[in-house]
Amino acid sequence: MTKIKTQYNRRSFLKVSAAAGGGMLIGFSWLTGCTSDKKIEKLAIPNEWFDINGYIKIGDTGMVTIYSPNPEIGQNIKTSMPMIVADELDVDWRNVVVEQAPLNTGFYQNQFAGGSLSIKLSWNALRMAGATGRRMLLEAVAKEWQVSITDLSVSKGVIKEKNGDRVITYGGIASKAVGIEIPEEVKLKEISDFKLIGTNIKNVDGKKIITGEPLFGLDFKREGMKLAMIEHPPAFGMKLKDFNQEEIKSLPGITDAFIVDTTIEEPAWCDEKGFLQLIAIVGDSTWQLLKAKKAINANWEEVSTLENSESHLVSLDEALISGKANKNSRVDGNPEAAFKKAKKVIERSYSAPFMAHNTLEPMNFFANVTDTSAELIGPTQTPEALEKSVSKLLNLPLEDVTVNMTRMGGGFGRRLYVHFGVEAAAISKKIGAPVKLIYNREDDMSQGTYRPAYKSTYKAGLDENNNLIAFTVKGAGLPEGAVFPNRFPAGTVDNYSAEQINVNTNITTGAWRAPKSHFTAGAEQSFLDEVAELAGKDPIDFRLELFNRAINNPVGEKNDYEPERYAGVLKLVKEKSNWDEKKPGVYRGVAAYFCHSSYVAEVVDIVLVNGQPKITNVCCAVDCGIVVNPNGAKHMIQGGVIDGIGHAMYSQLTFDKGVPNQMNFNTYQLIKHSQAPENIDVYFIKNEIAPTGLGEPGLPPAVGALANALYKATGKRFYKQPFVNGIVSRKVVG
Amino acid sequence: MATFNLKINNKTHTVEADMDTPLLWVLRDKINLVGTKFGCGIGQCGSCTVHVDGSATRSCLLVVSQAEGMNITTIEGLSEEGDHPVQKAWLKHDVPQCGYCQAGQIMSAAALLENHPNPSDEDIDVAMDGNICRCGTYVRIKEAIKTASKL
Repeated sequence: MTKIKTQYNRRSFLKVSAAAGGGMLIGFSWLTGCTSDKKIEKLAIPNEWFDINGYIKIGDTGMVTIYSPNPEIGQNIKTSMPMIVADELDVDWRNVVVEQAPLNTGFYQNQFAGGSLSIKLSWNALRMAGATGRRMLLEAVAKEWQVSITDLSVSKGVIKEKNGDRVITYGGIASKAVGIEIPEEVKLKEISDFKLIGTNIKNVDGKKIITGEPLFGLDFKREGMKLAMIEHPPAFGMKLKDFNQEEIKSLPGITDAFIVDTTIEEPAWCDEKGFLQLIAIVGDSTWQLLKAKKAINANWEEVSTLENSESHLVSLDEALISGKANKNSRVDGNPEAAFKKAKKVIERSYSAPFMAHNTLEPMNFFANVTDTSAELIGPTQTPEALEKSVSKLLNLPLEDVTVNMTRMGGGFGRRLYVHFGVEAAAISKKIGAPVKLIYNREDDMSQGTYRPAYKSTYKAGLDENNNLIAFTVKGAGLPEGAVFPNRFPAGTVDNYSAEQINVNTNITTGAWRAPKSHFTAGAEQSFLDEVAELAGKDPIDFRLELFNRAINNPVGEKNDYEPERYAGVLKLVKEKSNWDEKKPGVYRGVAAYFCHSSYVAEVVDIVLVNGQPKITNVCCAVDCGIVVNPNGAKHMIQGGVIDGIGHAMYSQLTFDKGVPNQMNFNTYQLIKHSQAPENIDVYFIKNEIAPTGLGEPGLPPAVGALANALYKATGKRFYKQPFVNGIVSRKVVG
Repeated sequence: MATFNLKINNKTHTVEADMDTPLLWVLRDKINLVGTKFGCGIGQCGSCTVHVDGSATRSCLLVVSQAEGMNITTIEGLSEEGDHPVQKAWLKHDVPQCGYCQAGQIMSAAALLENHPNPSDEDIDVAMDGNICRCGTYVRIKEAIKTASKL
């Protein structure tokens, strides 16, 4: 039996009060879930762990409202998190309403969507809150009926007397349960007793989405609200001097035009993106603003080098040859000596360009700033960070800044950065009115915060028995190389080194779905495919051999993966894809990767249609611990696969004199319907490990599996993204 | 500014707008029909798809002066209760992830099924290729279109 403590040193992680309108309100600390009971005994708990930041309301009608505080960016946690609460609470899902919690600074200190962490960090806390509610409701009934709790049974929000006729619903007792003392510890359900977790629950916002209800930031409106757009410098390395302000102000529908400066003293990681001095134009109609933007005639000054894609490639190459490793280094054994001894040595380099996030909903935010307060509403993955930045910019106390979240039309890391919210606040302050700032696609795509550009060189040595005896990776990137020194194949080879080299650029970058992993997985897994071929081994068997080494006799101690689970997904994908069965005309590639606490292996199948590769099937095997919502989880993996394939195949952002060459979807290609895999199967490893995230791990292996399948189909290795540039149209014979 | 009478979702709306205003911004800014989404403004992403006299049309490219006299249907008017076969199929397959592109996807799919009640995979690709989904819901969209064709 698993028990979980609801307090530490007599300080409770929970707070129960009467709900407005009748019933019971359970507030709980989301962060208590970060650790297990055992660790709580050992550690001093930080103060914020006692902040109440999650809520469950059990109304006296029996309707249960669960406030989902984490931002919803399409990862479906607005559905899966409440499922966890509802399961422990034992309520009928049909009586559960899920609300996006309004961000209130005092309560929600830890709302964040990123790093596939939402479910991982919340698992224990959500279970504790649900189990405590259930326990208190039962105690209230026991007290009312003068019976023992053991005389009661509960199912779907209805409490029954085991040997009697009395029946009461949660709604009927909720108000009385408020007076019950919060138990010091509560029993959690056995995993085998879960009723909701592990079942397929549909997206709680599904109906609203398909009927076009206003959900997103761009849909938000308030009476008296102005609209605003910005114009940023056309090139990285340029700064705004002045513009034809009076002329712009006189255009139809334009009520104001000015320069805003969003420079913040002591900026945080989430602030240092984009351009700080901008032209802002304000009006009442988006179209008139768009026309006025075109009429802007500005003077820009060059403040740093205007960079080109050609010079980027040169600087990455130079860094790989002569650059010094900045950090993230690891050396096991003596790779140099081992390469000298090796019978076969192979060295290959892989590269990928800058990319934009391109959330389909462009950046936008609503702000209403007065002398004493700032209210912000819109799509953000980091409401707390935005609140801090706005507080600094406006010199307002933190408690006078509020941030509310809307649903987000995609995140992918882009909305971790808060400049667009800060800009909205600056504009609202200047005009003294509520305003909604809107980026058009060109603003969004040319603003920066890109996925960095990478180039990495991998080298491997095999002995006379085709065993891997040396492996090195050197990764350069603008501005940071993509290297994880302690990830696979670290730990599987005696002579190993990993070095990261950082190269300066004035092009701003940021976290992009599965940061760095989206690149390393493609490069490393393509390279291992080539090494396996050189060794004359099946690519899956070759990897499994390496995992056996890591299981039985690992090299070094700091290896960031569990080889059994890694091997587990490879074995599952081998079985489910019928890997050993060769189908004529079907070309297959495999890859496996571990990141963001989950393991995923994928097999991509390609056929040639008129000489062009077409992806027919992708088979995925996933170990993310307990699967909360199997269909939701499958959808996340499918989306990751398509995202990984699409970007590796088609997308790139290049520069000429600091100006992005791609600013809209006529020149920047995203994957389309006809290019997506026809079918994607997803299989999950069954275990009882606490669940880990899925927003990111499905993407990285797709890049490697795609490259390896393309090799089988075309006879050519793909070292440079986007791969489409390396696919030569074949003449159709006949 | 000029005055336009637009027939949208079987209702006539009188709006004041610049002659060259795209229908998209009339819908979103003037009539408060925000289900039709802005994604690119150049007809490349399909988020703003509406029906104009039954045809799937990018509302970011159709100017308001041309839209007068035409029958315009937006996602809000596709069905009374959100129960158009395409919408039902979308729910059945739990298609949306972030959801932003889905109104445009649904409008393109509904127009496709009007013309091809039993579309092949190729018909679907041709009709839907202009609708980008950044979350990668393509596999489920195809399944849902096939389901809708049987409803």
